[in-house]
Amino acid sequence: MIALIFLVQTLRIAVPYVFAAAGGVVSERAGIITLQLEGMMLGGAFGATLGAFYTGSAWVGVLCGILGGLVFAAIHALACVHWRANQVVVGIAVNLLAIGATRFFLRLAFDSSSNSPRVAGFSVEQIGSGLLAITANPLFWLALLAFPAVALLLDRTAFGLRVRAAGEHPEAAVSVGVPVRRVQWIAVLISGALAGLGGVYLALDQHQFTDSMTAGRGFIAIAAVIFGRWEPRRVAVACVLFAAAEALQIQLQGSDVLPSQFVAMIPYALTIVALAGVVGRAVAPAALGKAEG
Amino acid sequence: MATTSVEPAAPPRAGGRAPSAGRLRARLEDALLPPIVALLIALVIGDLLILSFGQSPGAVFAQLLSGTWGNAYGFGQVLFKATTLTFTGLAVAFGLRAGLFNIGAEGQIAAGGFAAAAVALALGNAPAVVGIPLAMAGAALAGGVVGAVPGALKARFGAHEVIVTIMLNFIVLALLNWIVSAHMAVPETLHTAPIRTGTVPRLSELVDALHGSAANLTILVAIGAALWYSWYLFRTRGGYELRATGLQPGAAEYGGVSVGRVWLKAMILSGAIAGLGGINAVLGYKGYYEEGMTVGAGFIGIAVALVGRNSAAGVVIAALLFATLSQGGLAINAIVPKQMVEVLEAVVIIAVAAAVPAVRLALRTARRAEGGEPA
Amino acid sequence: MTDGRDETPGEAALGDQENPSRDADSRAARPTTPPGRAPSAERREPAVLLDGISKSFGACVANRAASLSVAPGEIHALVGENGAGKSTLMRVLSGMFRPDGGRVLVHGRDVTGWSTSEAIDAGVGMVHQHFMLVPPLTVAENVVLGIEPRRGIALDRARAEREVAELSARTGLRVDPRRRVAELSVGEAQRVEILKALFRGAKVLVLDEPTAVLSPPEIEELWTVLRRLRADGGTIVLITHKLDEVMAISDVVTVMRHGATVDRMATADTSPREIARAMVGREVSLAGEIALGESGARHSALGTGEPPSTERTRSSAECRAPSANVQAPSSLLSVHDLRIQGPRGLRAVDGVSFAIAPGEILGIAGVEGNGQTELVEALAGLRAIASGTVRLGDLDVTRLSVRERADAGLSHIPEDRHHRGLVLDHSVAENLILGQQHRFARGLRLDADRIDANARRQVEAFDIRPTDPRLPARSLSGGNQQKIVIAREMGRDFRVLLASQPTRGVDVGAIEFIHERLREARRAGKAVLLVSADLAEVLALSDRVAVMYGGKLVTVMPRSDASPSVLGPYMTGAHAEATA
Repeated sequence: MIALIFLVQTLRIAVPYVFAAAGGVVSERAGIITLQLEGMMLGGAFGATLGAFYTGSAWVGVLCGILGGLVFAAIHALACVHWRANQVVVGIAVNLLAIGATRFFLRLAFDSSSNSPRVAGFSVEQIGSGLLAITANPLFWLALLAFPAVALLLDRTAFGLRVRAAGEHPEAAVSVGVPVRRVQWIAVLISGALAGLGGVYLALDQHQFTDSMTAGRGFIAIAAVIFGRWEPRRVAVACVLFAAAEALQIQLQGSDVLPSQFVAMIPYALTIVALAGVVGRAVAPAALGKAEG
Repeated sequence: MATTSVEPAAPPRAGGRAPSAGRLRARLEDALLPPIVALLIALVIGDLLILSFGQSPGAVFAQLLSGTWGNAYGFGQVLFKATTLTFTGLAVAFGLRAGLFNIGAEGQIAAGGFAAAAVALALGNAPAVVGIPLAMAGAALAGGVVGAVPGALKARFGAHEVIVTIMLNFIVLALLNWIVSAHMAVPETLHTAPIRTGTVPRLSELVDALHGSAANLTILVAIGAALWYSWYLFRTRGGYELRATGLQPGAAEYGGVSVGRVWLKAMILSGAIAGLGGINAVLGYKGYYEEGMTVGAGFIGIAVALVGRNSAAGVVIAALLFATLSQGGLAINAIVPKQMVEVLEAVVIIAVAAAVPAVRLALRTARRAEGGEPA
Repeated sequence: MTDGRDETPGEAALGDQENPSRDADSRAARPTTPPGRAPSAERREPAVLLDGISKSFGACVANRAASLSVAPGEIHALVGENGAGKSTLMRVLSGMFRPDGGRVLVHGRDVTGWSTSEAIDAGVGMVHQHFMLVPPLTVAENVVLGIEPRRGIALDRARAEREVAELSARTGLRVDPRRRVAELSVGEAQRVEILKALFRGAKVLVLDEPTAVLSPPEIEELWTVLRRLRADGGTIVLITHKLDEVMAISDVVTVMRHGATVDRMATADTSPREIARAMVGREVSLAGEIALGESGARHSALGTGEPPSTERTRSSAECRAPSANVQAPSSLLSVHDLRIQGPRGLRAVDGVSFAIAPGEILGIAGVEGNGQTELVEALAGLRAIASGTVRLGDLDVTRLSVRERADAGLSHIPEDRHHRGLVLDHSVAENLILGQQHRFARGLRLDADRIDANARRQVEAFDIRPTDPRLPARSLSGGNQQKIVIAREMGRDFRVLLASQPTRGVDVGAIEFIHERLREARRAGKAVLLVSADLAEVLALSDRVAVMYGGKLVTVMPRSDASPSVLGPYMTGAHAEATA
């Protein structure tokens, strides 16, 4: 039973990581750093809340959430792809922007600085709050498809080939007529839509938007992308691994075995270890972050 | 990301001290135009946000100014916030001068603040002449240690400092959270016991009008750090080698500089500056270390360095700008949500980051057309 | 550094500046097709006709009224020294540059000023010297990138691989379409580049120095492929400066010098000597080649694909230039059997030995990209040495750091002042202490007064203008920037000077000035290693002259024996041809 609870908890925690990290893979494979995953998730969560609140439909919430992620993705792409601004600086600024903007509009829309009213989610209640409730959430099934879809996109489509070329050697891609900037724009927008879905899942799961509710999940997703060496399959595994660590942390809370803070460090520590190349070096796409200049 | 060059600000101009009027004008344009463009963009967006709340932009901005530079308390708060941002801004700028992007100031300043409190607590009732220097040293040391990790990993393995510092932020904050909550917190709180030595006097003890504001003599340390920053970079051999490494690693190597060693040293010093910033809130204001007391200072420090173009004076001015925005948010909160300024801060950063390349390109084109500057 | 770099716009022009005296070459005006020489193919409509192409970059003239006519089904060699304007001319053809004057006709159609994609569509493909390949992608993916065969949105990988395999089989460009480019050898990567062009339907193929990175057997294979393409009606323009290649593969040769096409001949009717003369612009004497017969014959063995063996290299070096290998006790710089690893497992420097006595200038001539850069960087401590020793006087410096070598009396004028020699955004005064900063420090601090005094002294002594040492180095002209480097390296105590391309891209006055300084160093008893792509410079300054080719010193001789005609064959690899 404990194992089952642990498994379900892991899956629930993994869903937003999976969406965001899948988006991160697409953008970074196209050569654009995505430190703004956190902000795009927050935009998704807020959009979903607005949509679901005003229409009462969770599905409209999903669409609005995707739109919310796209807004911040577009800002990032405009600054970094179009104007060639530094991707790290803009990524961090987009995160700050998302936090500030969602707070501002939270007050504008709901006159609250902490949370929105309760909104519709997917009707999980019918099954009850049992362990298998998650199976009633269509976003869970969508999340299962996210990485296979990204893997197919990158490996099996002409666009994916261009994405990989743009991230590895943009000059070579340009020299054979690939519109690298357009490819990067689209890749960033795809990452925004996917990260937005991660935020949607959070908001609809909790039936409300709360201030900064993504709580660093975007950065865990980045850690997963790097730890998974930018390969969809490995990144998916990293997401589940990091989610399991967090589920473990929840299980350990209140016990004296291991302070939960140390379990919380696992994803970050593993990522640093991967970057330092202690166990198989994580090598980024060759032109990642070089669009500036 | 292994070899990304992250140098958002201008290539720092060294040595030349305004030799001619034309060059001075060019440098001024270079330095001022991007932030001015950015502020204009922020102003427009601010107007839109204010209008969306059904308020008058003029009234809001007037309130923002009068609540900050318009009264002694507000001004004191601006000074207090600018002090912290000067430290983190200098820390980020210092890294950038060496060609490194230190996103870890967030964790470094928290580590510094904690260490200052821990040292002060350990010293018990020691006199201030002992307590203050030792607590400061502890803060700088802790920040330096946190900075050393990405520096060493970069020098040894080429691990990209951006990702390492981001990840390290979370690790450091989790570690501090554990130490404080498990071992040092006053029950029912997230802060340590109050310190009994090392307290830095408030400015209000010198100027009555500042009463109630958190501004304290740490501001002198911040000014000292800014002066040291300029001195170190432009007057010492280490600074010379650091700037050469940041501008042209190939030339530095040619000049007998060990680039890896410079990276390590730069990250340690950058971390130490950020760590020292932790004393402003701990020794100068609260008198204890509390979870999240410096949250955001490291990230805004990136903006401060960017707008301040990695010069000491620029960083101080940019710190005042961002402190004004932050304090101004509180001043206008009665009319429009204070979160508006968070949006504006982010807009300024994005606009500067995007406008710096764009404006510089436009300037260069214009000057080349004039035939003024060699291409 | 590969020599093709030389012909990027800026540097091409720099080459012109270096030799202003030769600029007034009147041959540019002479008809490029001497009557009676024209091959029979000329009567048909040319596949490519470049007519009076001029192209400048700022003040630098890269092409001056250059003309080229290539018949269909012809392999046409475009030869010339570094900076002669070959690559620029071909980039005009491939649409990368728009010419300032002249016309570009392809199969009779005026396409002047077209774009790269228009050129590709019209069947003109260029294979660049620096590969434009995406290493983690497979061969097939690289070839089809941009014009992918699709099924819906899906990439039709099977079709891509099939088509690439077919093309590969048809042309003889053997390479497995499923392999990742990162795993390929240089030769295979080049085949992929050619496949890319052919896959896009190239009928006219331009190859920029294709053999620079190839081993002898790979070169032979390339020739086979090119002959097959020619047999299929393809037209090929081959940029090169190696005359053995010209003789081996081409039908017609066009020679460029200083931006102009100065001669055109049918390969069958000419000789390496004649081509070399046209390239250099001077008469070539056969006597020199005969005198150096033995070493030439030995070297020719390399050209036929026999892998170089350490032993033979050493013995041939000894018999050809005994003086170079003797470590005279009095020599200030002695290098013994130096080997340096190059990219992709090749040797950049392969068993080089020499010694330089006090008061001697040893000049190393040679086309760039033959190991000179690596040699100098290794001597300066900037590049790892695989094996061999370097001595400064009696001191073994092989394992010492850059700074330790500098302290031991080594000065170094690097070939690329923009990359290594200067921190462009630092002031002149700051640049004047680069590498010496520890000598201008008092404790931690830099001694501003001494730095100022040093700057004022050097600015005056080396006539650096403008004279304000606070200006950023970036704001000075090329000649004055180079004077900063010269002042720093020669305005202090040193025993040995490594001078790499010391006058590249500087004006006439500065060239004279720098040459005089180098002579002064000789008079003062210093040992100078001069590396220059400018043969005239090497001849003007050196006491002994060596030629570097393929990572080896292929000859060392006293200045009195050296002349362009003697050295030319060594530099172009044609010494093998001359004696074979």
